[in-house]
Parts: sequence; C-alpha cells; structure tokens
Amino acid sequence: MRPKLQFGQRLIQLGVLIAILVAWWYFTLPGGINRLLLPPPAPVFSDFWVLLTTRSIWPDLLVTVHEWVVAVAIATVAGCTLGYLVSRSAYTVRVFDPLLAGLYSIPAILLFPLFLLFFGLGTGSKIAIGTTIAFFPVVLNTVAGLANVDKAYIRAAQSMGANDLQLFWSVMLPAAFPVVLTGLRLGCIIAFLAILGGETISSLAGLGHRIVSLAENMESSRMFANIIFAVLMAFVINGIVSFAEARGRRGFQ
Amino acid sequence: MNPRQGPWISAGFMRLIVIFVLLAIWEIGARLYADPLFLCPPSQAVAALPHIFGDPKVVNAIGVTIYELVTAFAISVVVGLAVGLAVGLHGFTKQAIMPVILMLYATPQAVILPLFVLSFGIGPEAKIAFGVSHGIFPVIVTTVAGVQNLRPHLLRAAHSMGASRWQVFTAIVFPHMIPSFFTGMRLGMTGVLLGVLLAELYVSTAGIGFYTRLFAESFSPPDLFALIAVLAAIAVTLNELCRMAERHFSRWNIG
Repeated sequence: MRPKLQFGQRLIQLGVLIAILVAWWYFTLPGGINRLLLPPPAPVFSDFWVLLTTRSIWPDLLVTVHEWVVAVAIATVAGCTLGYLVSRSAYTVRVFDPLLAGLYSIPAILLFPLFLLFFGLGTGSKIAIGTTIAFFPVVLNTVAGLANVDKAYIRAAQSMGANDLQLFWSVMLPAAFPVVLTGLRLGCIIAFLAILGGETISSLAGLGHRIVSLAENMESSRMFANIIFAVLMAFVINGIVSFAEARGRRGFQ
Repeated sequence: MNPRQGPWISAGFMRLIVIFVLLAIWEIGARLYADPLFLCPPSQAVAALPHIFGDPKVVNAIGVTIYELVTAFAISVVVGLAVGLAVGLHGFTKQAIMPVILMLYATPQAVILPLFVLSFGIGPEAKIAFGVSHGIFPVIVTTVAGVQNLRPHLLRAAHSMGASRWQVFTAIVFPHMIPSFFTGMRLGMTGVLLGVLLAELYVSTAGIGFYTRLFAESFSPPDLFALIAVLAAIAVTLNELCRMAERHFSRWNIG
C-alpha cells in the first residue's frame, strides 16, 4: 500500500505542475519555440476539448481497442496453456524455461516487418505484434507461479486423496494466481504500447495512425491533443489493469 | 531428486533437441507449404547471411544501428545517473520531481515518435534521442531507488569525520547504489533497444529500418530473415553483457 502523501508534498507537486504549464506557455510565446514543434497550450486544450466532445476519434479508438483486446486474449490463452503444460514437471521447466526467457530477450519489435509481410498493413499485423510481446510475460509468470508452489501443500493435498483436477483448482491455482496475475498485467500494458508503436510505424487506422498523419500534415495542436488522449488512455489502462490485479489477488486469498 | 523427474538426457541437451526439432518443422513446413515470396526455410536464411554481409551498404547500416544503440545507451546512463543523483539525494527535489519522472516513464513514447522526427530529422540523431527517451527513465528510477535506502548513520558518521562531498559520494553513496545501478543499466539497455529499433523501423534512410523495409517490399524473405537474425543476435549480446555486469556487481554488494 502506498503511504498517504502529506499536504505539503501535494502542494509541491501541484506547484511543479503549474510551473510546467507556465513554462510551456512562456516558451511558446511568439519568438519562442517553433509552433510546429510545440504549439502553445491554449489551442492544444481547445483541440483536446473538441476531441472529447465530438465523436471523430471513435473509429480510430475502436480499432486500437479491438487490436488490444484480441492480442491480450490470444496471449493470455496461449501463454497460460503453454505455461501450464511446461510447469507439469520439473524436467520440462528446466528444458523450456531458459528457452522462453532467451526468446523474451530478443526485442519483439524486430519481428514487425515480418508481421507486416504476413498479415498486411491492417489490424492483423498489430494483433500479431501485441500478441507476441504480451505472450512472454504471461507464459514466464505462469511457469514461475505454478512451478514454485510450496511442495508441502501439494503433498498434503495428495495424501488427503485429492485427484489431479482438485489439486489444480484448490491448491496450484490459488497459490500461483498472484504471480500469473502480475504476468497478465505486464502483458496487457506492453501489448498496448507495442500496438501503438506498430500503428506508428505503418498502419491504416488507429490512435497511432491518427497521430502520425496529423504530424505529417503539420497540424501540431491537434496532434498534441491526440497525444494527450493516448497518454491518458495508457494511464487509464494501467489503472484498470492494476485495479483488476489487486482485486483478483484479494479474491483468491 | 525424484528419479521420475530426471530422465537420462540432461535438460540442456534436451533443449538443443527441442530447438532442432522446431527448426526442422519450420524447414519442412516452409519447403512444402509456404509461399516463397513470404516465408523461407531457415536454411535459406542462413545461406543469405554471406549475401547480407557482402553488401557494404547493409554492413554500414548495421554499423550505424550499433552506433545509435551504443550512443543512446551511453547518454541514458550518464544523464540518467546525474539526474537520478540530483533528484534522489535531496528530499525536496525527490518530492517535487519524482512524480513527474514516473509519469513520463509511464507515457507511451511511441506516440511522440513523430515529434522526435520533426525536431531531430530522419538521421541517426532522432533514433539516438528516441532511444534515450526510452532508456533514461529506468536508469533515473533505479538510481533514486538505490540512494533511497542509504543508511543515515553512515552519512552522519562520514560527515562527522570530516568527509568532503566527493568523498561521501565515492566511499558511501556509490558503493551502496551499485547493485541497483546495474539493474537500471540492464533495464535501460532493454529500453534503448526498443526505442532505437522502433525509430529505425518508423523512418530511416541509411539504417537497418531502410533495409528491412526494402527486403520486405521486394519480397526477398531470406535476406529479411537473415538481417532480423543478425539484429536479434546483436540485441541479445548487448542484453547479455548488461545482465552479466549486473550479476557480477550485485554479488559484491556490501550489505
């Protein structure tokens, strides 16, 4: 749990926030930074308001969310299944765990040109990159969670006559669940970042595509409004996923 | 060990067999079923390696990418360490600036990639800057965390014995933060790899991003697979170097 912040600390943080806004306003006064690179705050906020109140962003938002949901779903099912199979015996863990960890240290973004070739410019290549990037934390954490369950619990359940299914549902899953959840949280977040990155590199629709095309049209205040939107969305996703993780943890204890 | 869990083949050898079987499935599957315009068997990718390294422009592009990676990593570590120390050693700056840094760390930088291209152009500078934007935050955060649980009585003892600022830093602060600093370097390297490669793939005139695009668009998968394999090998090597440094230095932690 996070310790409660004191009033003075909050005040300092608020002061820093205001200082940043003032600096932004000051440096974008006429004669300051080029408006294409950093537009003044006022038009950015008015464009952000337009963005929130009109529905123009909906199609792109839906594309990105759709890609994210599909990628996370595939990565979760595949990662948990493979993780479960690998964790069945200590021997398979010793064989496959270093293999998966080694693959994880290859930057998955390198595969994006291949995915573009296989799945095209549309949603397919983003789902593929999101799935690939989310798969590894899920599978590695599933293996780590299931393989490190305290042996005493397992032996106790077996000696009391639990069958495989009972053992899994009542002992293995509750014991491994927090670790698996951490993997899922990581997977959800980096899948979103990878999908935004993929959309930035090349795509037909989505939030990343929208920002790039605004940048290429030199509409920098609308671009900044969209960037603020994407950043806020990343925070919201972060918050939702962390909340779900905390809830899931408590639900199983 | 339970004899049931230890078959006659060692785990390391079994791992090699698994890798070999997977490559064999890929090889046979690609030869029998795949469209040669999109997927090639691994043997052809290996055969394309001399072709890749025979082209001086491709070799040059790989060199440019390594240069970008190393420069971005060096800047991330030096600047990140300086900022981390400046922020972490004073209570006021930590309260004021740390939330901003954590917020920036959690920001999806991919969406501001066009801004980097607008300000730094399409050359290596934009890739280095984007790599730094990914790599610097882990270094700052771990540096701050490293100096955070510094024991106050050590500092007080040093001060009371008349140590100078520099002596305090070299004798107390630095040894204390070494393990977390190397963790930060490893995380920073992961970030730099992601940032530089992402920026390369987004827009590139001479780096590897240009050639991955060229090979993909000219439908020559052997070249593309070979180039990606070379880059993956570079990335894994850089990652492993950082991991080895981390393991080495976290051992002599004076706890």
